[in-house]
Amino acid sequence: MATNLLILGAIVAFFVWSYRGAEISLSQLFSRDSFEQIGIYMQKLFPPDFSAAVIREALKGTVETFAISFMGTLMAVMIALSIVFFAAKNLIFSGLLYEMEPKQGWKRASRMVPYVAAKSVLNVLRTIPEMVWALIFVFLVGLGPFPGVLALGVHTGGVLGKLFGEVLEDVDTQPIESLQATGANRLQILLYGILPQVLPQFISYTLYRWEVNIRVAAVLGFVGAGGLGQRIHIAISLFFEQQLLTLILAIYILVTIVDYVSAYLRRKVL
Amino acid sequence: MNDLQQQYRLEEVRKVFGRHQIALDGIDLGIQKGERVALIGPSGAGKTTLFRLLNCTLRPTSGKIWINGEDVETLHGKQLRQARRKIGTVYQQHNLIPRLKVIHNVLAGQLGRWSTLRSLASLAKPHDEALVHKALDQVGIPERLFDRTDELSGGQQQRVAIARVMVQDPDVVLADEPVSSVDPALASTIVRLLIDISRDTGKTLVVSLHSVDLALAYFPRVIGIRNGTTAFDLSPENISDAMLEELYAGSGRENSDTEAMSEPANSIAYPSIS
Amino acid sequence: MNLPTPSRIRQSPKSLFPYLFAGLFLLAFFDSWQRAGIDPKIFFEARGQRALGKFLTGMFPPDLSPAFLSLMFRPALETIQISILGTIIAVMIGFPLGLLGTNTMAVAGILNEAELQGAPLRRGLRYAVYFIARGLLSLFRSIPEFVWAFMFVRAVGLGPFPGVLAIGLAYGGMLGKVYSEIFEGVNYRPLEALQSLGANKLQIFFYGWFPQALPNFVSYTLYRWECAVRASAILGLVGAGGLGQQIEISMRMFNFNEVLTILIILFLMVAAVDYLSAKIRAML
Repeated sequence: MATNLLILGAIVAFFVWSYRGAEISLSQLFSRDSFEQIGIYMQKLFPPDFSAAVIREALKGTVETFAISFMGTLMAVMIALSIVFFAAKNLIFSGLLYEMEPKQGWKRASRMVPYVAAKSVLNVLRTIPEMVWALIFVFLVGLGPFPGVLALGVHTGGVLGKLFGEVLEDVDTQPIESLQATGANRLQILLYGILPQVLPQFISYTLYRWEVNIRVAAVLGFVGAGGLGQRIHIAISLFFEQQLLTLILAIYILVTIVDYVSAYLRRKVL
Repeated sequence: MNDLQQQYRLEEVRKVFGRHQIALDGIDLGIQKGERVALIGPSGAGKTTLFRLLNCTLRPTSGKIWINGEDVETLHGKQLRQARRKIGTVYQQHNLIPRLKVIHNVLAGQLGRWSTLRSLASLAKPHDEALVHKALDQVGIPERLFDRTDELSGGQQQRVAIARVMVQDPDVVLADEPVSSVDPALASTIVRLLIDISRDTGKTLVVSLHSVDLALAYFPRVIGIRNGTTAFDLSPENISDAMLEELYAGSGRENSDTEAMSEPANSIAYPSIS
Repeated sequence: MNLPTPSRIRQSPKSLFPYLFAGLFLLAFFDSWQRAGIDPKIFFEARGQRALGKFLTGMFPPDLSPAFLSLMFRPALETIQISILGTIIAVMIGFPLGLLGTNTMAVAGILNEAELQGAPLRRGLRYAVYFIARGLLSLFRSIPEFVWAFMFVRAVGLGPFPGVLAIGLAYGGMLGKVYSEIFEGVNYRPLEALQSLGANKLQIFFYGWFPQALPNFVSYTLYRWECAVRASAILGLVGAGGLGQQIEISMRMFNFNEVLTILIILFLMVAAVDYLSAKIRAML
């Protein structure tokens, strides 16, 4: 316990020290000047620009953002499902399904390989931030909403893969045990015993990630991946602050709607 | 009329939850200072609701309550808190904070007297260790001062709750089913403890009990509550078996261990704003 | 032989919902497919293949030269600093607003029953405060931190400050909402007991509410900090300091091996933060 505190204390001290040399000087940061500047900027946002052209762009951006998040999340589910069954310990090499198998030997080792591979892939997918994926995909396939879908799909696939994996590993073993006792093979056990248990939770997690993704989709456009983000980038760069407010309002409404729909669906599922 | 000697005076008190749930339906009651009273009755009869009115957790829907001559309706804010400080409550589920150390839970009795700042400081460094030690000593568990409260057994936690009331030093001690989740041997010990406190310090004591035997054995005045009204209000020798039967008729028998968890007051405890 | 005729089995009322849902889903699917410009063919065309090849070969091996690594030290440190400051501000915003936005703290429940009965004005006031708190939190977290960051960059200039503010606001909104949920989920009986012995709201909060909520509170805050580290790295893309700025530069110059290095650094940072939070959580 004492050593833990000591380590913690050392780390804290290091960070407090690090602030002295950095560009972040606290007094400068929170000076009255800064807040005045923010105030001035905020004033420039009002009133929002409700001209027909802007509203049209906002709507277009909104549905495009929705489309990106929708397809991206679907793609993520497909990716996650295709990998996760290899990334769950109890499905691949340990636990009830493998009790009767030899514990050592190359057979078990050979089963661990896909497990490690799957887990690593998921790790890579979800550690690289969506934005960076977006940059990569813009480079690979060009501008537009498609790289946004790919970026979301790939990153969220990794996230969902991890979450789904945890659900699979925590599954109730009793149905598995009874099915196994009747002589069902592993695939049948998967379909009849495991899937029914995990499906609601899978759907719930997917819906939750959709809520996160709609916000991400809205900003991927900054790097050229379409949607509201692209239009916001333009508005800010060209100093069209009132247009910016309209677009922000669009995001707010879209996000709120998606939050509600997601919460509603989640209630229905669980 | 308000007899200034009376600890409590209730007149036609009704408490309704929501629009239809009648917990108390016209209670008239007077309790003198220093009296020891037992409440008995079936689950759902309204005993817990009555306690919540007596300790100013709830206000009556209609009717009047005087505490020590003061009309409860006139009490607000600081005065309300001061009135509460003078009433100590022991609950069936002891209602202590599990993660806090025993000493903090007991010292919480002083919160009504301490300023907010002092209470916060005490969490860092306990303010009156000697006082707590004395209280815990009186209830029989002096060595548990610095343990985490959830490490104690049920019976020990109940004693900590009593110690909290002692530190609070109120004028009235209310106990809502204090021994229902405690084993029978310990139950009479705890009831006797409460009575001793009342006798030694002159505090008024109102206890509700599941066990009719305990009530009849230890209390000079027993009130039977049924369906939100007073069924009888007598001394034990005047209570017949027939009266007891009628009191518990239709319920799951007397001495049932199924608690007043089923009593509507608890589930409606946190009513949504209508 | 006469078989008994089966009595009419009452069918459970058919719900329209699944069909409605399926219909909407398919509609959204086909529309979105088109709108999002989905075109898997690209990867199989020459152009896409070339780009992929260039990218993959460019990434390995990662640039581990001491020159580059020492260049990355400052931005990496800055990223962590931004994440810490940002999270601290987020807690400073989220905690009070979350508290005020807790139903059972402000208006409902046993703690407010006696106070608010027959006092409609006070109840209305409490409700107003409650809704304003919730509204602010909702506003803060509905606007992505990226947008906040970009706005603040326009307002106060480049550098880490807009990043700190952006995370503070956006994460403050998220923290606040979850804090409310944590606060609402405590056991209320001990709180009732504290109230009945004459404690005021603050005392009830510190003696009863907070001790119960503490583990979840710390756990979620640490989780948010982890997210903040990643977010801080990204915010650099709009000039808000940290590694993000460097990623942009490297991508623009097609130095993919540098990009890989930065990603590895990011990965290590997140892992370190992960480890630290696990240790802190264990201490509780």
